Amino acid sequence: MERAVAGQSRVNETDEPGPADARRPVYEVERLSKVYPRNRFLALENVELRLGEGEFASVIGSSGCGKSTLLKIMAGLIPPTAGRVVLEDRPVMGPRADIGMMFQQATLLPWKTTLENVVLPIEVRRGRTAARAAMARARELLDLVGLGNATEAYPGELSGGMAQRAAICRMLITDPAVLLLDEPFSALDELTRDFMNMEFQRICMARHATAFLVTHSIPEAVILSDRIYVMQANPGRIAEAIDIALPRPRTLDMINTARFGEIVGHIRDKLDSEGFL
Amino acid sequence: MSAADTLRATPQADDTVWKERDPLIDRIPRPLAISGLVLGVVGLWWLVTGLKIVSPIILPSPAETGADLAFVGINLASGGYVLSAFITTTLTVIYAFLMAIGIGFVLGTLVGETKFGERAVMPLLVAVDTMPKVAFAPLFIAWLGFGISSKVALATFIATFPIVVSTAAGLYAASENERFLFKAMGASRLQTLVRLKLPTGLPYFFTGLKIAAVGVMAGAITGEFLGGGKGVGALIRVSASQLDTPRVFSLIIYLSFLGLAMYMLVVWVQRTLVFWNKQDTIGGVA
Ligand SMILES: Nc1ncnc2c1ncn2[C@@H]1O[C@H](COP(=O)(O)OP(=O)(O)O)[C@@H](O)[C@H]1O
Ligand SMILES: [Mg+2]
Repeated sequence: MERAVAGQSRVNETDEPGPADARRPVYEVERLSKVYPRNRFLALENVELRLGEGEFASVIGSSGCGKSTLLKIMAGLIPPTAGRVVLEDRPVMGPRADIGMMFQQATLLPWKTTLENVVLPIEVRRGRTAARAAMARARELLDLVGLGNATEAYPGELSGGMAQRAAICRMLITDPAVLLLDEPFSALDELTRDFMNMEFQRICMARHATAFLVTHSIPEAVILSDRIYVMQANPGRIAEAIDIALPRPRTLDMINTARFGEIVGHIRDKLDSEGFL
Repeated sequence: MSAADTLRATPQADDTVWKERDPLIDRIPRPLAISGLVLGVVGLWWLVTGLKIVSPIILPSPAETGADLAFVGINLASGGYVLSAFITTTLTVIYAFLMAIGIGFVLGTLVGETKFGERAVMPLLVAVDTMPKVAFAPLFIAWLGFGISSKVALATFIATFPIVVSTAAGLYAASENERFLFKAMGASRLQTLVRLKLPTGLPYFFTGLKIAAVGVMAGAITGEFLGGGKGVGALIRVSASQLDTPRVFSLIIYLSFLGLAMYMLVVWVQRTLVFWNKQDTIGGVA
């Protein structure tokens, strides 16, 4: 089987430089490798990537290829075996307040109201008084995602989509410099998921957020991203970086355009040629 | 139009509408089911004694027992010696329960939160738990005397282990993502314990408390059997040695109310405290 050479390709017809190249680099992942000591499993090998300011990038790959491992190392939740991660010119050596994170499960604490859950990061970092002071800001955020009426509800009373929206607010309450998202909407039904993706794009555009999304859905990656890293499994490494030059804001009907189909097809071919679909 | 109106206005063609019907045994309402079961057992009891299948010394009739139940009840209500026995036993049980909760919680947290506890403390606790704990009663009596403390010690000893295990199990219950969430927020170990792991483990903790509530009763009564004193266990032993079986029966029945009260108290506190856990309970009591 012919192995595709790892490198960059563009799926835009114009000659202008891809948006990612022009941006000030914020997040740099340098020759990152990870061996899990428990089973000596090589989960990541020489992963390199760069995130520009305000850029939305995605990693796409089959399940088990090392996406979550990459994200956890980038977030400073687990140490790499080799290589390093630099955020805003400071190496990441543990959890940091300027990194916002979101998981597939909303992981809201069931004994706290939506509002209390949203201010939890403040409460943990700066105490109850600061948390109470942040509640006005939390209400604004909840309003923004349409949860203005659910501030006093407990997570058990929220639908899956509502819970993830609350998790978005919890991630944003500390005004992080970068957002890391591990398949944040993949537990939701497809309609809710499309809606949440558009909602999330709106939020990111309004904040000029720098975001890094892990997903295994090609359309989701394409509709949200400026750049997509295609990840190969066993050991996990980046096979290709693809710039998506679709105009913003992206809309759901773009999915039906020929251009979109072309990009999705290209990525699917890429994943196919890597032999993991 | 309300749902009820819709329901009424919807024409029902007999040949298309069908209903689900539970079998008879699932349709008996709770008060009827409970009283029916109790009456059935008492009826059987009455039959067995009425036909003189067993001697009245071994099994007194329901009537005899009922009369004694009334006698003991009057004694209890009028502040007689049965009341003071019940006060002694109740105090024993309460002290033991509180001590078991305190010790069990601390040891359980040590086991569930630290590798040291998991590696060293837990195996030793299991070793101790597998010993027949009642056999320690003579030791407790030798060390603490015939008063209430030796009974409290035995009851505590019996009830602690389930709380250790359930507390530790509860501390493992928080999901990996929840732990990562707290790590990402920069939470300290203590913060993660207090704000995530302990609340998440509360339902487990209460399961242990229910087992312990039963355990302290057994421990207290056993202690009173073996170590005398002023409690209900001692009264039961005296009555049994005098072949006063109806008295033994009625004391046991009143004791069961004490046990039930403790148990229901735990269930109530759990419902209030762990309000978010809408787990199905067995018959609303377990
Ligand atoms: N804590 C761990 N210890 C050992 N192996 C692990 C651990 N976490 C993940 N792995 C392995 O590393 C690989 C990548 O896992 P992960 O990063 O979770 O993949 P993805 O998120 O892409 O599905 C998988 O094969 C998984 O079995
Ligand atoms: Mg994953």
